[in-house]
Amino acid sequence: MGAPAIEMAAPKPLAAAPRAPRISLGRIGVHLALFVLVALWTLPTIGLLVSSVRDADQLAVSGWWTALSAADVQEAARLPTAADQIEENGAFVLRGNLLEEDSGKTIATFGTTNATLAENQAGDAIEMRDGGFITVNADGTFEWISQTPFEHERGPRIYYVAELQPRFTIENYEEVIESNGMDRAFLNSLTLAIPATIIPIVVAAFAAYALAWMRFPGRTFLVVVIVGLLVVPLQMSLVPVLQLYNQIADAFGVEAKGYMGTWLAHTGFGLPLAIFLLRNYMVGLPKEIMESARMDGASHFKTFTTMVLPLSFPALASIAIFQFLWIWNDLLVALVFLGSQDDQTVLTKQLISLLGSYGDSWHLLTAGAFISIVVPLIVFFSLQRYFVRGLLAGSVK
Amino acid sequence: MGQAVYAALAVVIAVGVFIAYFWGANWLLDRMLATPQGTPNERAMQRDRRRTQIRPWLFIGPALLFLTVYLVYPVFETARLSLFGRFGDEWVGFDNYVWLFGDETFWQATVNNLGWLLIVPTLCVAFGLVIAVLADRVWWGTIAKSLIFMPMAISFVGASVIWRFVYTFRPEGVDQIGILNALVVALGFEPQAWLQIDYLNSFLLMVILIWIQTGFAMVILAAALRGIPEETIEAARIDGASERQIFFSIMIPQIMSTIIVVWTTITIIVLKVFDIVFAMTNGEWGTQVLANYMYRWTFISGDTGRGSAIAIIIMIAVLPVMWWNIRRMRQQEGPG
Repeated sequence: MGAPAIEMAAPKPLAAAPRAPRISLGRIGVHLALFVLVALWTLPTIGLLVSSVRDADQLAVSGWWTALSAADVQEAARLPTAADQIEENGAFVLRGNLLEEDSGKTIATFGTTNATLAENQAGDAIEMRDGGFITVNADGTFEWISQTPFEHERGPRIYYVAELQPRFTIENYEEVIESNGMDRAFLNSLTLAIPATIIPIVVAAFAAYALAWMRFPGRTFLVVVIVGLLVVPLQMSLVPVLQLYNQIADAFGVEAKGYMGTWLAHTGFGLPLAIFLLRNYMVGLPKEIMESARMDGASHFKTFTTMVLPLSFPALASIAIFQFLWIWNDLLVALVFLGSQDDQTVLTKQLISLLGSYGDSWHLLTAGAFISIVVPLIVFFSLQRYFVRGLLAGSVK
Repeated sequence: MGQAVYAALAVVIAVGVFIAYFWGANWLLDRMLATPQGTPNERAMQRDRRRTQIRPWLFIGPALLFLTVYLVYPVFETARLSLFGRFGDEWVGFDNYVWLFGDETFWQATVNNLGWLLIVPTLCVAFGLVIAVLADRVWWGTIAKSLIFMPMAISFVGASVIWRFVYTFRPEGVDQIGILNALVVALGFEPQAWLQIDYLNSFLLMVILIWIQTGFAMVILAAALRGIPEETIEAARIDGASERQIFFSIMIPQIMSTIIVVWTTITIIVLKVFDIVFAMTNGEWGTQVLANYMYRWTFISGDTGRGSAIAIIIMIAVLPVMWWNIRRMRQQEGPG
C-alpha cells in the first residue's frame, strides 16, 4: 500500500512533533544563525507592510526602516507678490505660510537659492534681492518686512529643508481601492477562486474513490497517467484549450473568455494533484470499514457519501487550500482565459497593470500588493496544519 | 453585488450538476440492471457483474473527461501546432524548431533556465535543510519555521512587488528607499540599478523563487529528519562521530530520497517559472526564460507555431522528471 497514505493518515503537526535527534552546537550560534535567516525571510514582507501605511510623500523619500524617525525633505515655495503687501507702522509687510496646512512638516533651514537652502536656521532673518528682510519660522510662517514698498510682480522662491514627522495613514489603501479598482479586482478574484476550488474537489473525490476502492481493468494504468499528468506544464494547454473555447464561442455566439471557461480550465489543471492526493489518502483508510459497509449491503455510492467522504475531511481540506491558493495567486491562466474588462480583472492582473503604469509609485504598489496577499496570508496562518499535511502527503516518499 | 450572486449561483449549479450526475447515473445503473426477486440465478449474477464493471466508469468519467480535454488532448494538439505556421493552418514541418535553434533569445532563455535549474533547487534544499536542523534546536523553532514558510502563500506577482521594492534604485546622493541599495550605500559603495545588470539580475529574480520555495523544502525535510531513528544517531555518537560527521554521513544519506523528491518538485516549478520574470523585467536585460518567451510568442506576437515549439521544449525538459515520478510510484505501489 502507498506509503504517502500512511504519512497522511497519521499526520504530524508542526508544533507537537517528537524531537529530532539533537546535535549540540553552540547554543548561541544556533539562535543567532536562525534569527538572521528568519530576518532575511521576513524583512521584505515587513517592508511592504510598513510602507503601505506610510505617508506617500515620506515613503517616496526615505527608507521604510526609518519610518519612525523624522525625514528631511527639500522643497521650495513661492512668496506672494507685491499686491499682497500691507503697511504696518511705516513698514511694508508680506506674511504667509510656506507649508500647506496639516503637512506635518517643520522647517529646519532655508535660503533664497537651492544652493543656500541649508545656510539659515529657521527664525533667522535674511536679506532679499527685492528689498527688505525675511524671517521664516519653523512652523512655516514667514514675515517679509521692507522699509520701501514692494514692487515685484513675481514672488521669489524660498528653498527650505523641512523635517517630516512620521505619519501613518490608510490613504494609500483608499487611493488604490478607489482610483485603481482594487476592490473590484478583489471581488473578481473571489468570483474566480471559489467555484474553481469546489468543482474540481467534487470531481476528484469520486474519481479518487474509484481508483482507491473499486476494481476494474486499467486502474493501475490510470493512476500512472495521473502521476504523469501531475507535471505537464500549463504552457502545453493554453493554446489548444483557448482554440477550443474560440470554436465553442463561434458556434454558440458566446464570449470565448469568461469565468465559466476559466473555472473549467482550473478544474482540469487542478485535477491530477487533487485526485493523486485524495486517492493516496483513501487507500489508507481502514479496509475493515469498507468491508463491513459492504457486508451491510451498502452500495459503493452510499459507502462513498456516508463514510469515505467524512473520513477524508483532512485530505479534502488540504486540497481545497492548495487549489484556492493556487487560483488566487495564479496569473497565467487569468491572463489567457479571462477577458481584460473591469469585471474580469483579478488581483494578480490588476497588480501587474499597476506595476506597468505606476512602477515607481510605491505607496500604491505596496498597498495594492498587500490587498492581493492578505487573503492567502489569512488562509495560510489559520489553516497551516492542513496545508503542511497536504504538502507532506504530496511529496514524502 | 450582482457578480457575487452570479458566483454563488455558479457554485450551487456546478456542484448541483455534478452531484446530480453522480447520483443520477448511479441510480440509473441500478435501475437498468436491477435484479428483482425471482430473476434466474445465472441472469442475476451476470447483471451483478455488469453493474460492477460499469460503476467505476461512472465515478471516474467526469474526471477522465476533464483530464482528456484540458491536459491529454492539448499535449498532442500543441505538438501538432508546433509543426504548423503562425496561424496553425499551414504545414511547415520542423521550420519552427529550425528557427528556434537559430534564435539568439531562445538560447539566452535556455541558458537562463539552466541557471535557474542549477541554482534555485540547490539553494532551496540547502537553506531548507539548514533551517530545519536549526529550528529543531531552539524553543522558538515553530515560529521561525512558520515565518520562513509564509512566502509560500504569497503569489509570484505579489512577491515580485515585494522584491522590486527591495531592489529599488534611486540616483546617487538621494536617500535610497530600497533596502538593498541602502545597505550598499551604507557600506560605502555606489547604488545600482540591480535589475539592469547582466547575469546578476537573473540571480536576483531567482532569489524571489528561492524565498518562496525554501519553506516547502524546509517542511518536507524537517519531517524526513524526524523520521531518522534516534538510535542511529546515538550509535554514531557513541562511536565518537563528530556533529558534522553525523550531519553529513548519517542524516543526509538517510533522507536522500526525500531530498531528491524536493529537488525534482522545485525543478518542475522552476521550468514553468513565468510570473516572476513577466512582472520584474519581462525578459529585458538578458533575463528571458522559456515560459515567458513562449507567452510572448504565442500571445503578444500571435504566432502559435513558434509558441507551441517553445512549449514542446519545456515539455521535453519535464519528461525525465515525469518518468522518474512514475517509476518511483510503481515501486511504492508494488505489483497490483
